[in-house]
Amino acid sequence: MSTALGLRALFLVTAGAASVAAQTPLAVRVGSPRYTAADVQFMQGMIGHHAQAVVMATMAPTHGASAQVALFARKIINSQNDEIELMQGWLRDRGEGAPDPKDPHAGMDMSMPGHEMLMPGMLTAEQLAALDSARGVDFDRLFLTGMIQHHQGALTMVATLFDSPGAGQTPEIFGFATGVDADQRAEIARMQAMLATITRSTSK
Amino acid sequence: MKSVRNAWPLTLAAALLSSVSCASSMSGGSAVDGVRPVSPPPIATAASTTDPRVGLKAGLTDAGVAARNIRLVSHSPKSNIFEGDGGPRGLTYANSDLAFAGNFVYQGNFSGFQIWDIANPAAPVLRKAVLCATGQGDPSIYGNLLFLSSESTGNRTDCGTGGVADRVSPDRMVGVRIYDITDKANPRKVVDVQTCRGSHTHTLVPDPTDRSIVYVYVAGSAGVRPGEELAGCVDAPIDSANTSRFRVEVIRVPLAHPEEAKIVSYARIFNDLAAAHAHGIAPGDSGAPARAPRANPAGGPPAPRTGPNQCHDITVYPAIGYAAGACGGYGLLLDIRDPVNPKRLQAVGDTNFAFWHSATFNNDGTKLLFTDEWGGGTQPKCRFDDPIDWGGDAIFTLQNGHLTQGAYFKMPAAQSKQENCVAHNGSLVPVPGRDIMVQGWYQGGIDVIDFTDANHPYEIAYFDRGPVDSTKMVTAGYWAGYWYNGHIVASEMARGLDVFELVPSEYLSQNEIDAAKLVHFDTFNPQMQPKVMWPAAFPVVRSYLDQLVRGQGLASSRTSAIAAQLTAAEQASGAARRSALTTLAGQLDADVAGARDGARVQAMAAAVRDLANAPM
Repeated sequence: MSTALGLRALFLVTAGAASVAAQTPLAVRVGSPRYTAADVQFMQGMIGHHAQAVVMATMAPTHGASAQVALFARKIINSQNDEIELMQGWLRDRGEGAPDPKDPHAGMDMSMPGHEMLMPGMLTAEQLAALDSARGVDFDRLFLTGMIQHHQGALTMVATLFDSPGAGQTPEIFGFATGVDADQRAEIARMQAMLATITRSTSK
Repeated sequence: MKSVRNAWPLTLAAALLSSVSCASSMSGGSAVDGVRPVSPPPIATAASTTDPRVGLKAGLTDAGVAARNIRLVSHSPKSNIFEGDGGPRGLTYANSDLAFAGNFVYQGNFSGFQIWDIANPAAPVLRKAVLCATGQGDPSIYGNLLFLSSESTGNRTDCGTGGVADRVSPDRMVGVRIYDITDKANPRKVVDVQTCRGSHTHTLVPDPTDRSIVYVYVAGSAGVRPGEELAGCVDAPIDSANTSRFRVEVIRVPLAHPEEAKIVSYARIFNDLAAAHAHGIAPGDSGAPARAPRANPAGGPPAPRTGPNQCHDITVYPAIGYAAGACGGYGLLLDIRDPVNPKRLQAVGDTNFAFWHSATFNNDGTKLLFTDEWGGGTQPKCRFDDPIDWGGDAIFTLQNGHLTQGAYFKMPAAQSKQENCVAHNGSLVPVPGRDIMVQGWYQGGIDVIDFTDANHPYEIAYFDRGPVDSTKMVTAGYWAGYWYNGHIVASEMARGLDVFELVPSEYLSQNEIDAAKLVHFDTFNPQMQPKVMWPAAFPVVRSYLDQLVRGQGLASSRTSAIAAQLTAAEQASGAARRSALTTLAGQLDADVAGARDGARVQAMAAAVRDLANAPM
């Protein structure tokens, strides 16, 4: 790199030959990369997964969460609600079923009829009830441990997606899934730090 | 190429009109004329709902526009090979980052790249568009070599578009593609440097002594490829010496033989990283290195430490030997004097920051601006109820290798839920004596801000269009806006390439714009920050003088007298000019002690002395 200084750049005047050659006729345009069934399952499953995170985070203001945990919960609600809309939009644009996050089956793995299982990392009904009955520092602890478990499940879902042949390759899915991975890893680290603070302060 | 000057007929005309009225009140040639004392606007506490940028009409090609203190010089739609197949618009054919060399702009795209000739900024000419899936296609240019980031796991070595069906395949290409662009009409792929996690972004680093070598820092955020596909790739925790996570790959490129480019080191800059703390408190890894806490949820085994394990973007500033890594949950300050072995000096965290995305140093190397790409760039994070300190910039001072946090800045106009908006890429506008930056905010537009006071950044100029679609979110907007040789060049993901000119205002004078336009780079890669040096010139001196008037840094009787002396000196020539300037420099030296802003008077004295000593 040169940092040569001078008065204004002496641009070569070659623009006179306005070029149209760089444009390609419509006929030779290529198709977009294809999405796969695994992509659709990932987006559908993640809607219910995110919806549970929002349910958990919504408890914070009424369950005596610390200021730090409440702030974090507020960000989870904002972030994951927007991502639910993004996933629904992606599915609708392609004519795929877009689950309603309020549907009790959202977040279920429906690939084996009769054996519905929660998506990875999701809290069981018992865990959710325990969280709902906790207050103050107990809520903080259960929220953080639960959300770490929940986020680690999201990382598992991303890994499963990319292990599926041909999946996660369109830029939208690739970008969203790697974004979920990066964001939630950063959030897990933050939650682990908050949890360590609680553990230190309550063991004194 | 369809003519683009008609794309926004009414709004462009309106922008022109407003800029003309501003300009006429400001441009006077001599310093002080038209420049008045003014305080920066207060820091916003919430997004404004009355700003002219609120509620703009939607449309891909006919959106409403709001502009302040900036003029759209040209708009060029992206090549039609990136128009897609009529399916849902999205990232597949979105434009991404920019690199600059000579009269050419290299614009990345998720599906390839474009080469624009901007010799005439009012009428850029598309010289070439190359189709080759990248995701996300961040470009850098060095001599005749174009470097392009490739990350999506469907990218192919043959640039085909069908994706890669098999989990392990010789056809997959994630890493850095290197092209020879000597013939702009026929870029030639030289080599694919494959990496374990692809390349989301990359950064060029020159060898400090050997000009025949350039290095490439690779930041990849994809999953780790199977070792069967690329030998040596291992998905393992941080304790593993061979893990493909928790590191930065360093590629060495011999410029005469780019085909021999290969990875020469793996920098483990995340080792022994302490936990990020709350706002304003840097993690204490600058003293005794603290181990990351290992949570022990529910009495089970220790949870694996999960992040960060990669940087999103690294900005190097070779002239001062530092790099800034924006690395997920952390901002890192790195020592790159040995570019093959970058070392972490400090890590900062902030609970308001969701995702540390990119960084820009000020020219003195005394400040560092980090961006928070909360939501990843595809989400509408500038709505009225989105906190003003989430998803923006954080400004740090940098002294003796240590970062201290100052204020936040976020584009302050409330945007709709149809507009993806968050802090994104930008570069310095080289105005002497100030730290000014232009920055893209996706569909939040572009913004020009002053961050000279790390505790009080403020907006100088903006340009914003309405959303692409009024009914739903369509990913679009400014990936970046960069200052390059007198203009702001901006990459619009869906709409193309825009070129702007700054217009004087109460916060930026014509002299300051003229001084910025004196700075010329043959090559500019925004992630490899060059040191700006201004030539000896009257606009440089008058920039300092305008700043002293605006900030009341020197008595008005003195600034008026200095302005008159400068006018007289400019009208003189040869020995008379030299003598007048030397006299003035001596008087300015004497002004320093009594001035409210002595440092600026001193800087002006130096600029006057440079001018006195310059060949005439």
